[in-house]
Amino acid sequence: MMRSFLNFEKPIAELEGKIDELRRLADTGEMNIAEEISKLQTKVDKQLRATYGKLSAWQKVQVARHPGRPHFSDYIAALTTDFTPLAGDRLFAEDNALQGGIARFRGFSAVIIGNEKGYDTESRVKHNFGMARPEGYRKAQRLMQTAERFGLPVITLIDTSGAYPGVGAEERGQAEAIAKSIQTCLDIKTPLISVVIGEGGSGGAIALAAGNSVAMLEHSVYSVISPEGCASILWRDGAHASEAAESLKLTAQDLKRMEVIDAIIDEPLGGAHRNVDDMTARVGDYIEAQIREFLPLEPGVLRAKRREKFLEMGRTGLH
Amino acid sequence: MNWLTKVVRPKIRALVGKKDVPDDLWYKCAKCAQMLFHKELEENLHVCHHCGHHLRLSAVRRLDMLFDDGAYNRIELPEVAVDPLKFKDRKRYTDRLRDAQANAVKQNGGADAVIVAHGTIGGQKSVIAAFDFGFLGGSMGQAVGEALIAAAQLAIVQRAPLIVIPSTGGARMQEGILSLMQLPRTVLAVEEVREAGLPYIVVLTDPTTGGVTASFAMLGDIHIAEKGATIGFAGKRVIKDTIRTELPEGFQRAEYMLEHGMVDIVVHRKDLRGTLGRIIDLLVRRTPSAEIVPLDAVANLGAENFKGKTPTVGSALTPVSQDLAADD
Repeated sequence: MMRSFLNFEKPIAELEGKIDELRRLADTGEMNIAEEISKLQTKVDKQLRATYGKLSAWQKVQVARHPGRPHFSDYIAALTTDFTPLAGDRLFAEDNALQGGIARFRGFSAVIIGNEKGYDTESRVKHNFGMARPEGYRKAQRLMQTAERFGLPVITLIDTSGAYPGVGAEERGQAEAIAKSIQTCLDIKTPLISVVIGEGGSGGAIALAAGNSVAMLEHSVYSVISPEGCASILWRDGAHASEAAESLKLTAQDLKRMEVIDAIIDEPLGGAHRNVDDMTARVGDYIEAQIREFLPLEPGVLRAKRREKFLEMGRTGLH
Repeated sequence: MNWLTKVVRPKIRALVGKKDVPDDLWYKCAKCAQMLFHKELEENLHVCHHCGHHLRLSAVRRLDMLFDDGAYNRIELPEVAVDPLKFKDRKRYTDRLRDAQANAVKQNGGADAVIVAHGTIGGQKSVIAAFDFGFLGGSMGQAVGEALIAAAQLAIVQRAPLIVIPSTGGARMQEGILSLMQLPRTVLAVEEVREAGLPYIVVLTDPTTGGVTASFAMLGDIHIAEKGATIGFAGKRVIKDTIRTELPEGFQRAEYMLEHGMVDIVVHRKDLRGTLGRIIDLLVRRTPSAEIVPLDAVANLGAENFKGKTPTVGSALTPVSQDLAADD
């Protein structure tokens, strides 16, 4: 598989390229170079640790958007069995940008909803690059209500640049669909566990993320507006996106500090895209722990706790 | 350029410049570009008398216009953390905020983009939370979120309907994710009002866009929009850049939103007070009053009432004021 590297990963890319080359040579059995490879790997790990230990906000935005980062479909494949996708909002259409269904997750029946961006040109177009239309948010509401009816926990995996800005979407009430989706998140009497796995893009993200517990992957981002959008408005120039990213305080670490999210899930060395299996397993562990904590709670208490959490947000913990 | 413009004009300008002419005597209509004299504009509720364009209204002017006899009590709003992100673009957020506050204190004594007041509308007690577009584009940050929560709680305590009047570009970027978190917080606030069995009415005024539309502003029991107001989620420029075609005529205007089922009623500003009063009365005074008024008398009173230029909001239709508490 072709690896894609981010700009700041160049030195790492060169080393990893060398390792690949050596491995090929080793495969042909011409030389015994295991020692050489392990030396290089140590070097790579050191570089990765140094680079990923101090990513800037803008670099995190790029990692969060990395094409090789595990998607909704990867989590479904790794963490669930019997995933049964459910389609349509029963009002207008099915929206492929927002996937959802029932599945078995580590023994629990659960409703799982998330954004799917797609992984190549064809599937990206099919999933509209993960930008949902009103139908997507209405489907999400429907699935959350189904979960509530059967007492199932809801898992939401957020990875979207935002809700789709189009004429039809506006005409069919994009704003109303998001508002109602937030309302449904806050309303349901079963546990809602949300994880921002990549990009948490504004209203399109919070529509699924008003949960009992909200976690972010270590290098994911969550923001009121994209850095590019913010730069084009406040700097009147989209080229200032990296400054905007810095100002917006959109990293998992910033959000945890402000007590907007409950937890950060560590990523494997060098980011989620370097070890999909490891990443999905870590996310699974987090979700399982949350379900075990919240599922036994009395439904009314569960709902009240979630509402209280959002009501108190921003009142303490800021300086 | 000749000797006349060179020599004479500066002198004339010097002469005129000395006179102390306030610069807010005349307004230019943003739609038809006609000049509007401030007194006429004021009398006409800031609606252009040439083309009917509804100019933006300050929050205080809004309250003066809607409450009975322009009488109401404003409540003090909770303080919030100032500049939690230490945000800086080309200018510091603290500087932007300070300028906006200095201006607001002059205009309405407010500390942020929303003011909250209670009084009566058509004889029924009501709580209004009104946005000031003049304050950083009416943007919603923590202060606005807290203001709406306070307004909702006030409505619940008073057993009064809540009326929210947005005029806003959406979430306040300078408060980042904390602004986004005002979406669930304000959704919660208005839901509590509705759960208390109280009417929640949204008056969508120009503009109501972005994160505000995607939260409390689209969750009203009743949505009233002012004529011509821009109402939408994504900005027109963003949509145009995404779809790369021209937008339809009247896109995201109040009338367009009515056609697409997003609002209940589109009103001219002069009818807003009357419409609001009538709806509140219908939703609050649910059973016949103790004192029985003959039907034809009511009809006559009603007809008279609506003949006048400025409707007096069903006061004549309300022989006995009865509030929600009495109903329950």
